[in-house]
Amino acid sequence: MSLTPYIVLSAILFTIGSIGVLTRRNAIVVFMCVELMLNACNLAFVAFAHQHGNLDGQVAAFFVMVVAAAEVVIGLAIIMTIFRTRRSASVDDASLLKF
Amino acid sequence: MTAFWVLAPIMVLAALGILFVRKAVHAALLLAVVMISLAILYAVLEAPFLFAVQIIVYTGAILMLFLFVLMLVGVDASDSLVETIRGQRALAWLTGLVFAVVLLVGLTQITFGTAVGLDGEGGANEGGNVQALANLLFSRYVFAFEVTSALLITAAVGAMVLAHRERLSPKAGQAAIAAQRVRDFTEKGTHLGPLPPPGVYARHNAVDTPALLPDGSPAPASVSRVLAARGSVRAADTLADDIDDITAQLGQDVATKPETSGKAGATASSEEDQAATNGDHGVRGQGKGDHK
Amino acid sequence: MSTQLLLTAAADVEHHIPVVAPAEADGAFSLLWLIIALPLLGAAILLLGGKYTDKWGHYLGTALPIGSFVISLVCFINVLGRDEGDRQVAQHLYDWFEVGGLDVGMDLLYDPLSAMFLLLITGVGSLIHVYSIGYMAHDPRRRRFFGYLNLFVAAMLMLVLSENYVGLFLGWEGVGLASYLLIGFWQHKPSAAAAAKKAFVINRVGDMGLGLAIFLMFVTFGTTSFSGVSALSAGASETTLNWIGVLLLVGACGKSAQVPLQAWLLDAMEGPTPVSALIHAATMVTAGVYLITRSNFIFELAPTAQTAVVVVATVTLLWGAILGCAKDDIKKGLAGSTMSQIGYMMLGAGLGVAGYAFAIFHLLTHGFFKANMFLGAGSVMHAMDDDVNMRHYGGLQKLLPVTFLTFAMGYLAIIGFPGFSGFFSKDKIIEVALTENLLVGILATIGAGITGFYMTRMMLLTFFTKKRWEDGVHPHESPAVMTVPLIVLAALSVLGGIMLAGNWIVDFLSPVVGHVEHEDPPLPAIVITIIVVLVVALGAGLAFLLFQKRDVPREAPADVSFAVKAARADLYGDAINDVIVVRPGSELVTALVETDRKVVDGTFMGGSGIVRGIGHGLRHVQTGYVRSYALSVLGGALILVLTLVAVNL
Repeated sequence: MSLTPYIVLSAILFTIGSIGVLTRRNAIVVFMCVELMLNACNLAFVAFAHQHGNLDGQVAAFFVMVVAAAEVVIGLAIIMTIFRTRRSASVDDASLLKF
Repeated sequence: MTAFWVLAPIMVLAALGILFVRKAVHAALLLAVVMISLAILYAVLEAPFLFAVQIIVYTGAILMLFLFVLMLVGVDASDSLVETIRGQRALAWLTGLVFAVVLLVGLTQITFGTAVGLDGEGGANEGGNVQALANLLFSRYVFAFEVTSALLITAAVGAMVLAHRERLSPKAGQAAIAAQRVRDFTEKGTHLGPLPPPGVYARHNAVDTPALLPDGSPAPASVSRVLAARGSVRAADTLADDIDDITAQLGQDVATKPETSGKAGATASSEEDQAATNGDHGVRGQGKGDHK
Repeated sequence: MSTQLLLTAAADVEHHIPVVAPAEADGAFSLLWLIIALPLLGAAILLLGGKYTDKWGHYLGTALPIGSFVISLVCFINVLGRDEGDRQVAQHLYDWFEVGGLDVGMDLLYDPLSAMFLLLITGVGSLIHVYSIGYMAHDPRRRRFFGYLNLFVAAMLMLVLSENYVGLFLGWEGVGLASYLLIGFWQHKPSAAAAAKKAFVINRVGDMGLGLAIFLMFVTFGTTSFSGVSALSAGASETTLNWIGVLLLVGACGKSAQVPLQAWLLDAMEGPTPVSALIHAATMVTAGVYLITRSNFIFELAPTAQTAVVVVATVTLLWGAILGCAKDDIKKGLAGSTMSQIGYMMLGAGLGVAGYAFAIFHLLTHGFFKANMFLGAGSVMHAMDDDVNMRHYGGLQKLLPVTFLTFAMGYLAIIGFPGFSGFFSKDKIIEVALTENLLVGILATIGAGITGFYMTRMMLLTFFTKKRWEDGVHPHESPAVMTVPLIVLAALSVLGGIMLAGNWIVDFLSPVVGHVEHEDPPLPAIVITIIVVLVVALGAGLAFLLFQKRDVPREAPADVSFAVKAARADLYGDAINDVIVVRPGSELVTALVETDRKVVDGTFMGGSGIVRGIGHGLRHVQTGYVRSYALSVLGGALILVLTLVAVNL
């Protein structure tokens, strides 16, 4: 059972996620893409853990999930707050902090 | 590897779908596909604990949180796919693709040996994957684990702080609301009673179909203003024409049986009179309508 | 290091240079600190007390210096009763500061030299305080004036009582400050403010010299106390001592208005007349003479520095005398005379052991008669509605009899009329000068003649000749509070010569300045005296012919010779300063400002301008769109991965 396909899949998912972050404008979808990137990383972690026969990769994936959970909670709360005041969930609308 | 080769195309397609679907809900569902597939891959990769966590926490909790917020924000506020930042889309694709190519080129340079594997005799999962993970978490990674608790508490408090809205005036009690209603009625003539429910006396009793007034015109106050704002209210006047058909279908029964619904009809008609005369106070009325 | 040096140097010492080795203060001498503390207390009360002390401030301000005078007198009587070798007394008050090897104590030294100065400062000072009560009676800021005067007295006493150069420097700066405050006392007059500033700035030049001398002393001897330096001075190299001496001379020049730092003294006459009498005639300006006399243990071993003192003194005594001839302002005339007389003192001090005592003697008599004359001039101004132009006076001897008589005593004393105090003191200096150096002696004699000329001119223009004042002016005699000090000072001017009786002052000061056997002058002493008196008479007679026998115009004639023009312009002292110091200084500053603006500022402004331009261009990257930023993050990641791949390939 080769590792390479998993890593390639992970890289493809990561790239798709990053392109999504760059192209989508709905803040929630952007967030989903970030989650996609995190999950891609997790896949690589788990695959490496399997490759090397120890559980450190899985622990790392576990921590990534925890951090992702915390991040989602805060991120969605921020999106909610912005939506409440601006009636918009577009990341382009919140662009006042500029030159 | 069979599972992988089956799932990998699905995942890539689903992920690409996230990039192109217009509605956020669809994106969430596609993400769920990716995540569940990932969970299965985890299982294949001998990580049963993460398999469970991926399904329960990620797909079950986090993704549901996404959907929850989507509902709050407006489920079908679809994204326009027209780019506002000049060159952003092209550049994003270009950079992303180059990035992917470089990553893949880099990865193909590496050869991995045979996977050691976790299960099996003397593997890391011997004695159970969960137990082994717990051993690691509470020994080598105990500090990181404790720090995570601080992170989670901070996140929880942060979410509460962000979601909290300070009440600037005392909460109006039932008596105060009633008094206000009566005052509005005397001063501005606002409709005193509850708003008509949608679909009443209409062709459909769905929430997006306005009630019909006795003269056959739709009552705007009977539909939630969120639906009105989205423009997804069914055209009532086209439905109004159906009344004749309905009467025809029902025959004489309705006309000759006013007693059965007489009371309700009487109250409703008096309400509709009010609504008709004060149709321009719709906003206020819709606010009340939400209360129901 | 010093033993070998001491041995070699000891052989070179020609004269016996007394070492300052004071005994511990006891008895009346334990009150030494009070002499300084009393006027300092007065200054503190008057200056901090504000308007609450307006009513009685001047009485307090007068009483406290009198108290100091009483203590000084008691100490003086005490010291007279002691043996000659036992007349140096020191009092250690507290450790002032201790830094590294520098250990400076707040020590006071009472010896015959300080004794003389104490009596002069507190005595004449008290008289001038009394006089000021009358003179400043109508000034709304009289209380402040007395506060400043007390501050001055305290600082001057500190200067002459300190046992080390650092304490002396403290007093030195204190009198400089008081002088500045008092010259500019009528600060509403721009001329007074400018004069104060000028005096302050020029004094700083001198102070720098004194400061450097003290540093050099510390470096050389490791101490700044008189006892330490006097004990070790024989061991130092002559070059070092010459440098110390020259630097001390620079300090003395600044404070005592000697050429080339003389320009401030005439302008300092902008201050109230009692100030001119006390600070710019009797005491402060003589601090330079004190400094050189006190540092005899350095100058005796530094012949070059001593020569420099003599040169400076000779130039100054002639310079001041020439200025005195041309000034119509009575106070400026007297100021020129002061310069000239201090030149005599410096000459005495520069002539070494033979001259120190006479320098101090002349200093004391000059303190009496010049204070007397300044106060007399103040009295005349008081009578003439504060007009200072002598060409507007004339014929005042009948109207101001007391002022006239006292002024006349001072006049006779300064020109050296036989029997008056100035006669003895100046005659002795000229005699020593002739003995040591014929040229200097002749120049000093000529100076005496010029003194006779300008003082006679002043006397005639003021009290004799025809009256030239305006009709509206009604000259009147001053009140008793002003005339009594005049009378006392006049008496001292007449009788000051007593100090020389039996060579008393020379013997009295010998523990401090040393003693040499009298050398015979080139001519018998009596012949010298006669010559000097004749020269003075010549000058006085010339003045009589010029001013008494002819009408004096009310306005100064403009068609005068170059010499008169030069003298009126202070011998171009200001012009010289202007050319040598002020203009190059201002040009340097202008150039520096330009350099700063163009080069330094230009560099920085240019640099910041470039940065600003870059920032201005780059800020457009900040679109506010989070996705643009994310794109650059991805770009960065791409570059990173590319690098990694490139490195590994």
